[in-house]
Amino acid sequence: MTEPLLATEELTKAYGAVVACDRVSLTLKAGELHAVIGPNGAGKTTLLGQLAGELSPDAGRIRFAGADITGLPAHARAARGLGRSFQVTSLFPNFSVLDNLALAVQAHDGHSFRFWRPVEREAALAERARATLARVGLAERALVRASALAHGEQRQLEIAMALAGQPRALLLDEPTAGMGREDSARMIALLAAIKAEGRTAILLIEHDMDAVFALADRITVLVYGQVIASGSPAEIRADPEVRRAYLGEEASP
Amino acid sequence: MTAGSHQVRALLWAALVLLLLLPPLAGAVGQEFVVGVATRVLIFALVGLSLNLILGYGGMVSFGHAAFFGAGAYVVAILAQHATYGEPLITWPLVIQGTDSAWIAWPAAMVVSALLAALIGVISLRTSGLYFIMITLAFAQMLFFFFISLSAYGGEDGISLFSRSTLPLLDLAQDIQFYYLVLAILLLALFLKARLVASRFGRVLMGARDNERRMQALGFPTFRYKLTGFVIAGAVAGLAGALIANQTEFVSPSFLSWQRSGEILVIVILGGMGRLYGPVAGAVAFLLLEEVLSAWTEHWMIVLGPILVLVVLFARGGLWSLIERREQEHD
Repeated sequence: MTEPLLATEELTKAYGAVVACDRVSLTLKAGELHAVIGPNGAGKTTLLGQLAGELSPDAGRIRFAGADITGLPAHARAARGLGRSFQVTSLFPNFSVLDNLALAVQAHDGHSFRFWRPVEREAALAERARATLARVGLAERALVRASALAHGEQRQLEIAMALAGQPRALLLDEPTAGMGREDSARMIALLAAIKAEGRTAILLIEHDMDAVFALADRITVLVYGQVIASGSPAEIRADPEVRRAYLGEEASP
Repeated sequence: MTAGSHQVRALLWAALVLLLLLPPLAGAVGQEFVVGVATRVLIFALVGLSLNLILGYGGMVSFGHAAFFGAGAYVVAILAQHATYGEPLITWPLVIQGTDSAWIAWPAAMVVSALLAALIGVISLRTSGLYFIMITLAFAQMLFFFFISLSAYGGEDGISLFSRSTLPLLDLAQDIQFYYLVLAILLLALFLKARLVASRFGRVLMGARDNERRMQALGFPTFRYKLTGFVIAGAVAGLAGALIANQTEFVSPSFLSWQRSGEILVIVILGGMGRLYGPVAGAVAFLLLEEVLSAWTEHWMIVLGPILVLVVLFARGGLWSLIERREQEHD
């Protein structure tokens, strides 16, 4: 058996008496989409913060692509191919859509101690940025300021920013947050397309159960910082403990 | 880009012609002192430009920028004093003599200020927001008191220079030649800054200003880029300090005071943060107001204060944004 792309071992993080992440061990295999669900306060965001390198765990280890990355800062993890999106859209609002992406491409194109040549004349950066924009369906909006985009478009750009560096794994924090039905459907289609390409594994944190059950190969359920179940969508749907703790009647098939 | 639009460009050319013709014009009307005032304005534009790089483009609100400015001035003054008395600056581990040469003293000022900026930056840039403002202020104050207690170099009274720095072909003792040299340096600095801001490095600096968390999530180690920007700004401020030491032929700890840091901040904010020509507009406005108002009352800050408040309230991009906004209305 090959080693999973991303794995946590007994990851633990407490805020005072509250254990937000309690000995969480999970894996993400190359090319799969693994969803992490759980009620509010279950520790999903704490988990993602530790994976991305913004929070340091109290105990446990994180391995990515064959190396221990537990002590690495966020930028070093991103540089190794662990991309992420944010739950609250996090863009460069004063930059154009294209410039947002050009910066994301630049991040994975060597160091940026280049002081002389104007970025505007770097055709290669713009070309790769446009290719990513086309992928998420924002090609027509390239020259619009990011702050002028509609919410749904900003969410698409949010994903595009993470995709631009061609990451091996993506950590997505509620990509459908705050979206209406139509935008959600478009986002689900986009994630399905990324998954179908098979080049990027996705760890998806999501509240929208339609999205989760439509996309996930595997689902892990967190409650009070602990993994209470992990398995295929069908197994999770049938798990009595999950139904009691989290899914409730509304999510019954 | 907005700066490329016709009227702004026409205004810039007009300003350049005016600056080039200023010495003969001042001579023609018998007001030669204007050249000295203008030199001072250009030097403050240069130090404002250096602060604007980190404040306007990098989002680093440094309240200690006068430290680099003053340190640069002291380097020139101390080297000149040793040259005058013929005493070496140090004799161990190697002998370093004082010098009047601008070729040596001015780069030395830049190097010393850059090293100081690296030292202060490595520590300060681990903080942000209010803490960054306070820690840069604290470092500048430390340096201020260091020079006050440095009795070998005048302590509180400062040092007078016997003459300006020397350069081959030029005679900097001539105010007009010195003026043109300062103007050339400012124009070169503007050109280099325009390149830098548009480069990959400039993008990273602005990205870190707007959204540092996202920059790190993209894979940028923002700290080292911000530190590099801080060091470049320190070096340019050191050069401006070397020039001001030559202009006034006198250096004292007040060059590093927190009031001076505040003035540099005001120049940048008044002129327009994150705009290439902002600090030039800010230096012109600030120093001319000082010149005119202080002749009228020593409490000239009473007038400047409300002006600054109005600019911050109604022209958030500073004076330069007023020029650009007029432009956009005409389009």
